[in-house]
Amino acid sequence: MEISTQHTDPAPPLAAPSTAVGKRAARGATRPGDRIFLGLSRGSGILLLVIMAAIAVFLTYRAALAISKDDGNFLTTFEWNTGLLPAKFGIAVLAFGTVVSSIVAMALAVPVAVGIALFLTHYAPRRLAGPIAYVIDLLAAVPSIVYGLWGALVLVPHLSGLYGWLDAYLGWTGILSWQGGAPRSLLTVGILLAIMILPIITNVSREVFRQVPRMHEEAALALGATRWEVIRMAVLPFGRSGVISASMLGLGRALGETMAVATVLSPTFDIQASLLDPGGGTFAQNIASKFNEATEFGQDALIASGLVLFVITLLVNGAARMIINRRKEYSGANA
Amino acid sequence: MKLQRMNRRALALGALAVSGALALTACGSDNNSGKEGGSGSSSAAAAPGSVKCDSAKGQLQASGSSAQKNAIDAWVKNYGQACKDVQINYNPTGSGAGITAFLQGQTAFAGSDSPLKPEEIEQSKKVCSGGQAIDLPMVGGPIAIGFNVPGVDSLTLDPSTIAKIFNGKITNWNDEAIKKLNPSAKLPDLKIQAFHRSDESGTTDNFTKYLIATAKSDWPYSGGKAWQAKGGQSAQGSSGLAQQVKQTSGAISYFELSYASDGVKTVDLKTDAATPAKATVENATKAIASAQVTGTGKDLALKLNYAPKEDGAYPLTLVTYEIACDKGNKAATLPAVKSFLSYIASEDGQKQLTGASYAPIPDEIIAKVRTTIEGLS
Amino acid sequence: MSTPAVTDRTTGSLRGGSLPRWFPLAVIAASIVVAVAIGLGTGLHSKVQWGLIAAILAVLGTYVVAARVEGRRQARDRIATSLVWVCFLLAVIPLASLIWATVKRGVKVLDGYFLSHSMAGVADTEPGGGIYHALLGTLEQVGLATVVAVPIGVLTAIYLVEYGRGALARAVTFFVDVMTGIPSIVAGLFVLSFWILILKMGYSGFAGSLALAILMMPVVVRSTEEMLKLVPNELREASLALGIPKWRTILKVVLPTSLGGIATGVMLSIARITGETAPVLLLVWGTNFINSNPFSDPQASLPLFIYQQYANSSGSGAAYDRAWAAALTLIAFVMILNLVARGIARWKAPKTGR
Repeated sequence: MEISTQHTDPAPPLAAPSTAVGKRAARGATRPGDRIFLGLSRGSGILLLVIMAAIAVFLTYRAALAISKDDGNFLTTFEWNTGLLPAKFGIAVLAFGTVVSSIVAMALAVPVAVGIALFLTHYAPRRLAGPIAYVIDLLAAVPSIVYGLWGALVLVPHLSGLYGWLDAYLGWTGILSWQGGAPRSLLTVGILLAIMILPIITNVSREVFRQVPRMHEEAALALGATRWEVIRMAVLPFGRSGVISASMLGLGRALGETMAVATVLSPTFDIQASLLDPGGGTFAQNIASKFNEATEFGQDALIASGLVLFVITLLVNGAARMIINRRKEYSGANA
Repeated sequence: MKLQRMNRRALALGALAVSGALALTACGSDNNSGKEGGSGSSSAAAAPGSVKCDSAKGQLQASGSSAQKNAIDAWVKNYGQACKDVQINYNPTGSGAGITAFLQGQTAFAGSDSPLKPEEIEQSKKVCSGGQAIDLPMVGGPIAIGFNVPGVDSLTLDPSTIAKIFNGKITNWNDEAIKKLNPSAKLPDLKIQAFHRSDESGTTDNFTKYLIATAKSDWPYSGGKAWQAKGGQSAQGSSGLAQQVKQTSGAISYFELSYASDGVKTVDLKTDAATPAKATVENATKAIASAQVTGTGKDLALKLNYAPKEDGAYPLTLVTYEIACDKGNKAATLPAVKSFLSYIASEDGQKQLTGASYAPIPDEIIAKVRTTIEGLS
Repeated sequence: MSTPAVTDRTTGSLRGGSLPRWFPLAVIAASIVVAVAIGLGTGLHSKVQWGLIAAILAVLGTYVVAARVEGRRQARDRIATSLVWVCFLLAVIPLASLIWATVKRGVKVLDGYFLSHSMAGVADTEPGGGIYHALLGTLEQVGLATVVAVPIGVLTAIYLVEYGRGALARAVTFFVDVMTGIPSIVAGLFVLSFWILILKMGYSGFAGSLALAILMMPVVVRSTEEMLKLVPNELREASLALGIPKWRTILKVVLPTSLGGIATGVMLSIARITGETAPVLLLVWGTNFINSNPFSDPQASLPLFIYQQYANSSGSGAAYDRAWAAALTLIAFVMILNLVARGIARWKAPKTGR
């Protein structure tokens, strides 16, 4: 996006016109209306920073209290014992569970979501597309606690079949073998999370695909491209950054999802090679499960794990930003 | 001006929502006495006579143990019918959160599955001006061990076998140790799915305390609210565990007896007595009868007897305490706290417990509780 | 597999062969038949497996036939089409099941009494009671959170897109990213520490709103930002060239153009916070009684109600019924909001030429 390049990149060749606009506007900001408006919007930005700073200080302070008294290694201990001193706790299992379940969720959800978004913008009959888009909008709005309720009472009982099938045909891989417990493992979490984030990714992707300049598509069609070629050459490159940002929104929800995970996972604080055997746990789920009964020190320890979730999210978002910036030459409504 | 118009629209929407909500206030009602005449009302008739509302009024906030939730529900219902001016809001957040909220001065009393620790009593002196927090035993709850083994209707286990099952040492239902205890049962060749709590819980604490007291060699852990053994499966809350036992073939788990409804089968416990004890309210009452008060002063913390000799006593129980200040309760809530606690400690109040699958506190101890409540200030 | 009728290849020398319009339907029908045959033949019980086999056959069959008749480019196009359809159908199954389960189990106890009464004096294991108190609480908490978060979020996004350069904008972008990752329970803890423990304000609906606003802001900023960026620069330049001040350009040109997208983003963020349970549990705390004042004393809230009915119910049928009914109400509530937002978007959005 060119406009975004204004602040990420001082003077990219492509962004020349918009930079000019920016400069002129900056000089023109002497009108009272402009000043007030700039003040208001900058003020909101600063307020956001202040809130963030307050949260960060609070988190770091309480996390530091806990980590300084950790008898185990905060990063590698496979245990979460904060009730009795000396406390021993570590985030290895949680990090593993969070990352694995999110990877599973993204791997399942992103391709399907992009497919649905394309379906809605380019394939579905007009009369069908409207209502379906509405239903998907609605599903994006279904609260996670409802997904949790559905996951625990409807999805989990139906997954034994799939688990048996995976074990029978793909069990040799090691990561898809099954010892026959209740199907409440990281894979189940991944599937539920995928279903949960699917509408969000679809929604935003659809909005982005819709913005593809008509001209680009028509030009491709005029050259004799098939519909798929139009999508590959005109739609996807244009929408890529939007899709990535949509996926990040979804990933954000997947990483931090609490109650839905807590209702369908059997966390055991242990790492299992197989996705199908109960093991792991996620940061958010662990906080929610342990928080109520935790001592003040235990709460500090849980907050420390929350801080790690923060850092992971940060890395993910940073990576996404980098991808978006590298790909920017392909996209942009103002090309 | 689009934004202003938008803001105005947002405001209008907000105003609409708020005014709509306010308008709705008129049609909402707290009065539920008309509709459900169902389960809880059988004992309701007896209640009003024993409830003394005195000058109590207002809303009373309380929180804590989810183990006694069903008992409190029944009490609040009866109490609310007698004292219309008092609303008692008990939030089953868990014992730890309950004590924390109480120590922060957010609640009038707390419910906890384990007595206060010395440092918590020390902290409570800040909230209870001139006094301290005390434990008042109110509810006895048998912890049932539910199982789901096709073709097996009754199962007897001893503490050491239970410990081995939950510790992953016994992994199949046709294990020799189980066979020996159940010579007549047709035990299938089925993997045991042992479920424990994924959240920290007073029930886990009491369950493992029992294992430590009775099968130390097979349960090499220090105990506590968090599950310590490796392996097995887990679920959130007693309700989650009960549900897993219902759904999963080969499952075994522990939860309060009141959750073992809808055909969940429970294990008979082999104790030092001649015959194994079934998990029932009566049997748990027998076991609690031999508990001893270990609290000092007005504090009535109990020590349970995990190895009763009496025939039929079911020793795997927990006791839930209500925690309040002995002196220095807030003036605004004191009458309501006193009135409500007096009701639940009364004969009528304790009688309610059996109906909800809980065990009443033995007469001798509950008498002390009543005197203590009288003296709350 | 049915043999597709191949249209006459000899007549139009400039056109390649093309398959008739009914071809996709024929392939689907054929592959379903074959899949059922395989399923029955090999004794596969799971209907899901039949569906999978049918899907795979349909995609492969389309490709093979189309590649022979129409050429590889067209075949690829067809395979993409069928994959997109499969994606869609695949996703519909769980989502439809979710809605079906909620509606089917939700309507059992959902009636006027349920909507207009609280849970006062009803034990969780008994039938009866209602969600009036929770509905009221949710409306007030979400409304307050929206009033706090949306102006701040939209203004921040405007700042980032229209004005933002330099260290401040970079810092804001960065921290908005960080904020999206705040687990809801941590936001709840933060407000708990500051509002309740340090300022001694006590549990209230408003305390919950504050945490919800914190969760809502980054989502509003991110989606608004994305939508503002999609507004073509030509529009801005045209307006500025006419001598219109920048702030009016933003208000009259940029915002209206992206209003639909912004409204969708706001709806998404409202949806996200409406379902939040953890911070509400910590801050609003829950009650069985009606409390219409969000600024003092605990309130109830729908997601919290659902969670409590699920978690504290001893697995009783009555409580599950109430949980599903409350879930249905919550979805209906969000759906109404959604409709309103779409109405606004359609009504106010300028013609985009599509």
